[in-house]
This record gives sequence, C-alpha cells and structure tokens, in this order.
Amino acid sequence: MIPEIGHFALILALCVATIQGTLPLLGAASGNASLMAVAKPAARGQFLLVLIAFCCLGAAFAVNDFSVLYVAANANSKLPLHYRLAAIWGAHEGSLLLWTFILCLWMVAVTLFSRHLPEAMRARILGVMGLVSFGFLLFMLTVSNPFLRLIPAAPDGRDLNPLLQDPGMVIHPPMLYMGYVGFSVAFAFAIAALLGGNLDAAWARWSRPWTTVAWCFLTVGIAMGSGWAYYELGWGGWWFWDPVENASFMPWLAGTALIHSLAVTDKRGGFKVWTVLLAILAFSLSLLGTFLVRSGVLTSVHAFATDPKRGLFILAFLAVVIGGSLLLYAWRAPRVGLGGGFDPVSRESMLLANNVLLVVAMGSVLLGTLYPLFLDALGLGKISVGPPYFDTVFVPLMTPAIFLMGLGPIAQWKKADLPALAVRLRWAFGVSFGTAVLLPFVLGKWTPLLSLGLLLALWVVTTAVVNVRERVTHLTGDSLMTKLAAVPRAYWGMQLAHCGIAVLIVGVTMVKGFEVEQDVRMNIGDTTTIGGYTFKFDSIQDLMGPNYTAARGTFHVTKNGGDVTTLYPEKRFYMVQNQTMTEAAIDSGLVRDLYVSLGEPLQGGAWSVRLYHKPFIDWIWGGCLIMAIGGVLAISDRRYRLGWRREQAAAA
Amino acid sequence: MKRFLLPLAVFAVVVGFLAVGLTLNPREVPSPLVGKAAPDFSLPQLYETEKTFSPKDMAGKVWLLNFWASWCNGCKDEHPVLMQMAKSGEVPIYGVDYKDQRGEALTWLQQWGNPYPLVAVDESGRVGINYGVYGVPETYVIDKQGIIRYKQIGPIDQDVLHKKILPLVKELQTQ
Amino acid sequence: MKRVRVLLFMCAVIAPTGVWADEAKPLGENPQVEARLKTLAVELRCLVCQNQTLADSSAPLAEDLRREVREMIAKNMTDQEIIEFLVARYGDFVLYRPPWRLTTTLLWLGPFLLLLVGGTVLVVTLRRRQKTLPETVLSEEEHRRAERLLSKGNT
Repeated sequence: MIPEIGHFALILALCVATIQGTLPLLGAASGNASLMAVAKPAARGQFLLVLIAFCCLGAAFAVNDFSVLYVAANANSKLPLHYRLAAIWGAHEGSLLLWTFILCLWMVAVTLFSRHLPEAMRARILGVMGLVSFGFLLFMLTVSNPFLRLIPAAPDGRDLNPLLQDPGMVIHPPMLYMGYVGFSVAFAFAIAALLGGNLDAAWARWSRPWTTVAWCFLTVGIAMGSGWAYYELGWGGWWFWDPVENASFMPWLAGTALIHSLAVTDKRGGFKVWTVLLAILAFSLSLLGTFLVRSGVLTSVHAFATDPKRGLFILAFLAVVIGGSLLLYAWRAPRVGLGGGFDPVSRESMLLANNVLLVVAMGSVLLGTLYPLFLDALGLGKISVGPPYFDTVFVPLMTPAIFLMGLGPIAQWKKADLPALAVRLRWAFGVSFGTAVLLPFVLGKWTPLLSLGLLLALWVVTTAVVNVRERVTHLTGDSLMTKLAAVPRAYWGMQLAHCGIAVLIVGVTMVKGFEVEQDVRMNIGDTTTIGGYTFKFDSIQDLMGPNYTAARGTFHVTKNGGDVTTLYPEKRFYMVQNQTMTEAAIDSGLVRDLYVSLGEPLQGGAWSVRLYHKPFIDWIWGGCLIMAIGGVLAISDRRYRLGWRREQAAAA
Repeated sequence: MKRFLLPLAVFAVVVGFLAVGLTLNPREVPSPLVGKAAPDFSLPQLYETEKTFSPKDMAGKVWLLNFWASWCNGCKDEHPVLMQMAKSGEVPIYGVDYKDQRGEALTWLQQWGNPYPLVAVDESGRVGINYGVYGVPETYVIDKQGIIRYKQIGPIDQDVLHKKILPLVKELQTQ
Repeated sequence: MKRVRVLLFMCAVIAPTGVWADEAKPLGENPQVEARLKTLAVELRCLVCQNQTLADSSAPLAEDLRREVREMIAKNMTDQEIIEFLVARYGDFVLYRPPWRLTTTLLWLGPFLLLLVGGTVLVVTLRRRQKTLPETVLSEEEHRRAERLLSKGNT
C-alpha cells in the first residue's frame, strides 16, 4: 500500500508541476496576477507531494518491503538501517527521486526568500523550475519508477553495492545534488530575466546568494566524493579524472566563473550577457553530468545500470531544456545593454580574464571527457583519455588563473594602475617566489612542479595579506578590532575562499611531490618503515559484520620508538553481492596521513599490504571546506541579513 | 544575433554526438589484429594432453578460434549457438580453454556438450594476451592464409551468427 | 644473495630501523623493476575494469598484464617497446595518454585553441567596449534603479 501512495504522490506531483510550469509563465507574460499567484502554492504543494513519495520509498526500505523491485535490488534484510535509508539514493531510480526532491526543496526556499522580488519575476522563476521538475517527474514515471512492484516478492534483497556502504556515501550524493540542483535557481533567475527582459544589476544581486549557496554545496559534495574514493577504493588515489568526477567538476568550474561574473554585474552592471550565459551553462553542465552518469555512454568506475531508453529520454530532455534556453538567449541577449565602462587594466577585465580561463578549463575537461565518444561516433577508433592528459592540460591553464586570483582583488574597479599594482605587490611576489624556490630544497627534493605549486599557493596567501592590510589601514577606527569588524563579511568570505584554494594547492603539491608508497609482503610480526613510521603487523582476525565477513589486520605504528597509533585495515567479503572490498585504515593528521590497506592473502599466512605516507593530503579536502566556509561567510553578509530581517518584519 | 547563436550551435553538435554515442557500446574495444596474421602459438590439448595445437595446423582452411572458460557466464549464453554451428558443419570451431582448471573444463563440456573438434589449453593466459583477449568469450574468424578477418567480442548470438559470421565465412571459403 | 640485495635496497630508501630480522619484503622481487612497472602502469588502462589503471586494478587480466610487463622490463625492453607490444594487441585504448595522431590532434590542441579563441574574444570585446562606450553614467543610473527596486520590495 505504501509504495502505491508514493507512486500516486509522484503522479499528483507531475500534475502540479504541469500547472506550475505553465500558468505562472502565462500570467507573467500577460500580466495576469491571479495566474502568477498560482506559482507559490503550486511549488509548496509539489514539495509536499514529492516529500511524501520520498518518505514512502524510505518506509519501503525501512520495513524491508522486497515486493518493491527497487528495494529488492538495492537492500537486504541484513543491511543496517542507516545504509538501507541511504540506499534510497543508492541506484538510478532513487537518486532521481532525490534529485527531484532537492529541486522541490530549492523551490520552497525560493518561495520563502523571494518576498522582495517583483511578482512577475518570482512567477517566472518558479515556472521555469516547475518545468525542470516536470521533466524529471515524467522521466521517473515513464522509465525509472522506484515504486514498481515485484510480484511475487523476493524472499530477500540483492543488497546495496558494497562500495556505497560507507558513511561518506550516505551524505555525499545529497550534498552533490544540492549543488547540482542549486544551480537550477541561478538558471531559473537567468531565464526569468531573459523572458522578462529585465536583465539588470538587481537581477544579479538577487541571484548572487543563491548561486553561492549552490556552489558551497557542490564544493563540499565534490570534496566528499574525492575523500570517499580515497579511503573506499583502496588504492589511495583521490582524483581520477573519471567521467563521473569530471561531470561534477565541470559545473563547479562554470559555477565558479558565474560567481565572479555575477559580482561584476552586481557591482558594476557589466558582463550581463556573459553572466546570463554562464548561469545557463552551469545548470546545463549539471544536466549533462546527469546524462553522462545515467546513460552509460562513457565507462566509469561509478557506472550505474544503464538502459538505452533512459539515455534517450534524458538526451531529449537535455535538448529541450538547454536548447530552448540557448535559443532564448540568442533571441534576447542582443538587446541587453553593456553596463559600466572599464579600462583594459581594471578589476573588471581581470575578472573577465579569469572567467575566460575558467571556462577554457571547463571546455578542456569537456573535450577530454567526450573526445573518446566523438572518435567512436565517427568510427575513428577507440581511445582513452585519462589523468596524464588532464594533468598536462590543466596545470598551464590554471597557473595564470591563480596568478590573477592574487591580482584581481587588489586592483581597482574601472581603472587600475599597473605600475602601482606592481609596487604594492612587490613584497608579496618576492616572498612567495623566494620561499617557493628555496622551500623544496629544505624539504629535500626540488622539482619545477613542486616550486610552481608552492609559488601559486604562497602568492594567493601573501596577496591576500597585503590586501587585508591595505583595506584595514584605509579604514577609520579607533582600534584594530573595530577596523576589522567594519570590513564586510563578504570581503572576508572572498579572501577565505581564495585561501582555501591555496590550501588545496599545497595539499596537491605536497602529496604529488612527497608521497611514499610501498607494496610489501608481510607475515605476522613483520615490520616495515615508511616516511619515518614503522608499521608492525601484529595480528589478523576474522570478523563478522552484519552483512559481510572480514579479515581485520592490526598494525601497530611507532615513530622513533614512541607509539603513534594502531590501524585496523579490513578485507571484507559481502555475501549477498559476492564482492570483496578493501577497507583502508587511515590515521589522518594535519601534515600527513598514514594509510594501510590489505591486499591479498599470500602463501604461508602472509598478506600483501599496501602502505602510504601521504604528506598534507588532508589539506586537499580542508581547502575545499575552507572555500565553502568562505562562501557561507559571504552570504551571511550584512546586506543579505538586513534584507532577510526586513522580509521577516514584512511577513509579521 | 549571429554570435549569440554560437552556444546553441556548439550544443547542437554535442547533442548529435551524444545521440550517436547512445547507440555505441563503450566497453567494446575493436581489435587492431583484424586484417593481420593470427599470432602463432603451440598449446597443449585438453583431451590428449601430450599433443599440441597450433594455428599452422589449420592453414588452407577457414576456421573459428573461440576463447572460453568454464567460469565464464557469457560462454554458457553462446554455447547453444556454437553447438548449432558444430552440428551444421559449416565452419570448424576450435576452442581455447582460457585460464581454467582442466577438471572443471572437462565437466563443463560433458555437461553442456562439446562443439569443438579440438580444444587447446591456455592456462597462463599468455596466448590470450597475444590475441588481445580481454574478456571471454571472444571469437576470431581466420581465413585460409591465416589472417584474422573478424573478432567477435562477447557471446555470439543468432543475429551476429547469421548477419556477420556465416556470410563472412562463406565469402572466405570461396576465395 | 637476493635477500642481501633486497636489504641493501631497503637501507638505501628507508630509514634503517635496526630490526633486520623481520623486515617485510617488497612484493616484487626486484624493486627497480617494480618502480618502472609502477610508472608505466599508471598510464595504462585496464581493459576489463570500468575505468582503472593497470596499476590500480586487481582484475586477473591486469595481473597477467603486469606480469607480462614485468618480464619485458626484466628483458631490458624500452618503455616505447613495451607500449608498442600492448598497443599492437589492444589498440590505443590501453593508453591513458592518447598518442599524437591525426585523430587526436584536436584533443591535444583543443584546450590551447580554446584559450586562443577566448583570449582573442576577450581582447576584441574589451577594445570594442572602449570605443562604443566612452564612459557612460548608465551604470550608475542602473545601480540606483536596482537599489530602488530592492528597497521597494523590502519595505
């Protein structure tokens, strides 16, 4: 009964989405206020219906209802409850439901925080989001229904893919989708502005916080995915340039460009045509990512079960949504004004240059990801494009972008003075250059990439310091504290996010430069030393998990005779899925990770063991987190809080 | 107006490729060996272990070389098709038992039937590597001069058999 | 003899701990071979797995191929020869770094072409902007309108 309720709720949600996607848009076009007023209740109603459907699927998982095909395929009575609930988004159908649910969540957020928007604008935004949601609901109800019954019911389920039975996997997809789908708000704002012909600075100011929030979620989501791959795939890598990773990275690059371009449109009224294109692009890439993951056109480590009908549906949907918006763009964009003028050397032009670099980087990732497909489609053979390609291409593109990152925030709007800039930044450059050249020698190894990485990271940090210092000295105030407090949070957010990039670069540079790996054969009692740490293989025990059996090794780690930690890597065998999984054991630290993973049992009771000493690897994810915190700080800025308080007052 | 249509044009091209891409199988890797001489080998036979088999023994004949294993699921799927071909006698199918246990292979053939006049044993998988095998079953069509003319990746089904393999075999036999 | 060599090597790479008797042995017999295998294998694709390098994959075929590569290294074959051996059997698909060919020219030049196009468009746009827009006050006006709209909605 419960699955039927869920199914029915989805059908109703589709009806509501149809209304939400048509009437408010018609109302906005004809100036009919009562039609426009449909948008808000429709969005909230749709949210409730999808919430019901979501809960129904959750309930089916909770009570182990194996008469539901999706539950039978992705859960098992022995699977712990929290993983059963996470299994809602463990495969194709359910993750689409999560997608739609999060889209509805964003719609409700728009209805809550949009009182200051003109009625027509809000109606158009919700209308556009309703159309997107219509597409996904239709997709679910036609070819990806999570509520299909299995008659007769299975005695037990086939269990969740063991790769996904991990705490990281419980939160990673919702985070990532919050980001992906969050760009739909910026997209809807852009389409609404194009439709209404009011593409102005106000539009940019409104869509800025939405874009930043979505970007923060996406940043954290990608970082979590990378962290998951690091400890769950068992071979210590953290980024593979896999198509699925690229699919999440491309919207991130476009979104990052969008955030910066929106800043110019908001502050200076410029780049409007470009900003609106980026807003369309960011969401289009999210949709494209969905297509790439779901359709199976590319092979990936994260492959989902594929079905050509599904691929065709998403492709058609993609063509309609993106094609339609780009057509609208081509039609409307020529009429948009240019905005404020600026000099070729100014903060505007630097931001624009940075935008170009980010978009070129995004285009390169897209090219590399789709190129094998292009060749195959033309019958020109099969190739693989992997990390060596992306590394080669990405570093030269990102280097100038990061250099500009230091320069941009310190340059004046409208017209900057290049010689003066050079004088202001000479210390920052001198310090970072000197340190970057010398530090690797101190660390014991010099390579050009090591120096380059350190240079870029130090450049970002030192320019930020110069920038903050200048900013504070120009302020009037009694004490340093009052001066610091007078600086808007948006500014701190920006600096913090930039420093996050620096932290990330340090992490990547140090790991690539100094990581040590060892594949050894260890008997009980054997020791091996790596990076100054001695690992002793103490014992191995058999272990029973809820739905797996495991061999658990105990490794005692010492350094210079002193205890450091004890690590317990596992080799698990999941009975139902008939799969072996490696659970690495990691001791994380500020300046290094110790990583042990069990390979295969060898003759004579020995095991093959893989050990890593990975310096500064946590800085990679720490940097991402700092970036996201920077974003949060930026949207907690006074001007948004004031706006929000005024709205509260108006509502009361 | 024109330059604003550029994004749409780029997008249209991408969608075109994606649409074609949907019809392709990304996991099927075409073999560079097609059109080249079949790599030579000498492997022990499954039944008469003291004897060996080499592709040279097949010179002047059109034949199929089928890599299979008792542990492989796809092999069971294609097995009836192989049996049907063996019965019709249109083209001989020689088997290579790939990375398998002898006992299990023998049981498998006894249970499901043996379509092969002769089975060679590639225990280490070396010959498989020389033939570019990356997943059993894989089948090669080899002509009278010992040139590989076609490679079937994955199970042979009725469709592949009647549309590709049999017409090709007939054409090669008349040469 | 072999054991002595292994130990000597370990002394060279890692800090000696003094506990010689039960030091773990590296998996590969010859550490130099393993190091070369590693650098080669991270750029090679395992064919059976979805998308993994030969170094990372634990598939049986990957193990066979690693064994094959190890033997080739031991035979003192160059990297180029080893790659040719694999490409002759499996095609360019095994290479994660696509080779320069007519068909991959666009792939390798693409990013830099994009950069060139992007840079040109940037410069042209900035130039044209400067010509058509000799310092307008439009943006100020627009900004004020935005402020007005915002405050109107807010109160």
